[in-house]
Amino acid sequence: MKLPDKRCPLHDAIARIKDGDTVMVGGFGVPGTPMTLIHALVEHGARDLTVIKNDANEPGMGVDHLLQSGQVARLITTHLGLNSHAIALMNAGRIKVEFNAQGILAERIRAGGAGIGAVLSDIGIGTELAHGKQIVEMAGVPYLVEPALRADVSLIHADCADPFGNLVYVATAQNFNPLMAMASDCVIAEAERVVPLGGIAANDVHSAGVFVDHVVELGELSEEYSVVQR
Amino acid sequence: MSNANERMIARAAREIAPGMVVNLGIGLPTQVVNHLSSDFPVCLHTENGLTGIGPVLGPDRADRNLIDAGGAYVSTVPGSAFMDSAASFSIVRSGRLDLTMLGAFEVSADGDLANWKIPGKFSPGVGGGIELAQKARRVVVLTTHTDRAGQPKLKHRCTLPLTARGCVSRIFTDLAVIDVTARGFVLVETATGVTPSQVANATDAPLIVPDATPPSF
Repeated sequence: MKLPDKRCPLHDAIARIKDGDTVMVGGFGVPGTPMTLIHALVEHGARDLTVIKNDANEPGMGVDHLLQSGQVARLITTHLGLNSHAIALMNAGRIKVEFNAQGILAERIRAGGAGIGAVLSDIGIGTELAHGKQIVEMAGVPYLVEPALRADVSLIHADCADPFGNLVYVATAQNFNPLMAMASDCVIAEAERVVPLGGIAANDVHSAGVFVDHVVELGELSEEYSVVQR
Repeated sequence: MSNANERMIARAAREIAPGMVVNLGIGLPTQVVNHLSSDFPVCLHTENGLTGIGPVLGPDRADRNLIDAGGAYVSTVPGSAFMDSAASFSIVRSGRLDLTMLGAFEVSADGDLANWKIPGKFSPGVGGGIELAQKARRVVVLTTHTDRAGQPKLKHRCTLPLTARGCVSRIFTDLAVIDVTARGFVLVETATGVTPSQVANATDAPLIVPDATPPSF
């Protein structure tokens, strides 16, 4: 037996995305942000997207390109502090922004990937982040109901992949990627290196290939992946 | 940076006990690390998925895949571990985080903390701050005693949207170290050259001053 080969040309993979889709995008700052997949999505032009991403990168970088191109109707995120463009778009009412506590966003995505309907958490109780959320009591303790998040497509960045889609992340480029790699109907992973089957030892796999639909091998990395000069 | 802020940061560093797991928030708290010696036994955590933070590196030595939650290019130490965002916040919410040091817009005499939003002016999102404030075993604040307009940040009640209620134990400012107690703000130490009455005048809530002259830092 041999595991299937999911390697796919960049634009064929991105063609899966349709107007109105919800798209999860990995990354926390530059590390783990799938810059190449994002650029291909800008070229593809799908509109009215709901994007789920921890942050909005910085002006002129990463997911900011999708915001500036007007393809994003709604952004589910935790913090936009490094992107003044995104804050201006939010304040002008051009994108709708839903803020989550960072670890709760992670848990909502994990629940989506695990086939669970919601998680219960006391984070934000007594603050405005709890407004409008359902509260349930367990053993006399009130918890907010935090619905699971799933998406139509996840865009993932990995350091290394094999053709089946087994993925390895490095350093703090891991962040939301392994969670989002389980939480969408279609998971597209870009990888800096693609090695033959068996090239990643079974013990070293971070995201099992069974969750991944398409593997896109990156060529030479663009400047956007580099250390940010501030 | 002013000498007063530098002394505040150095004083706050002494709050860290050997063996602790500590998260230093963005801004002034991050600089506390500069006052910890390289052989001091402590595990620094950052929300984006690292335990065991090493020194900040210049652009020439930086690893493009290795940052802290504030975007600084940090390094590892022997024994560091990387993890995903869910595991990283499991550390915070499950009681494994002994201490966090956070910035503040306002702190109330009840220990309420407001540090994420100024309606109409500043609303970049709460990030990981709410979980740090609500779930770390001990929350201390590092802040200038007054804002840029000279208004007190330590108040009877917060006026801004809260990050978490009743979470702050101790406040380090450029003027003083102040504990939040059931009786309200209690003066613990003063900065060199600062009198208790100067601290009280810069605080918008009753300040309990002990009979004995408080130590200075």
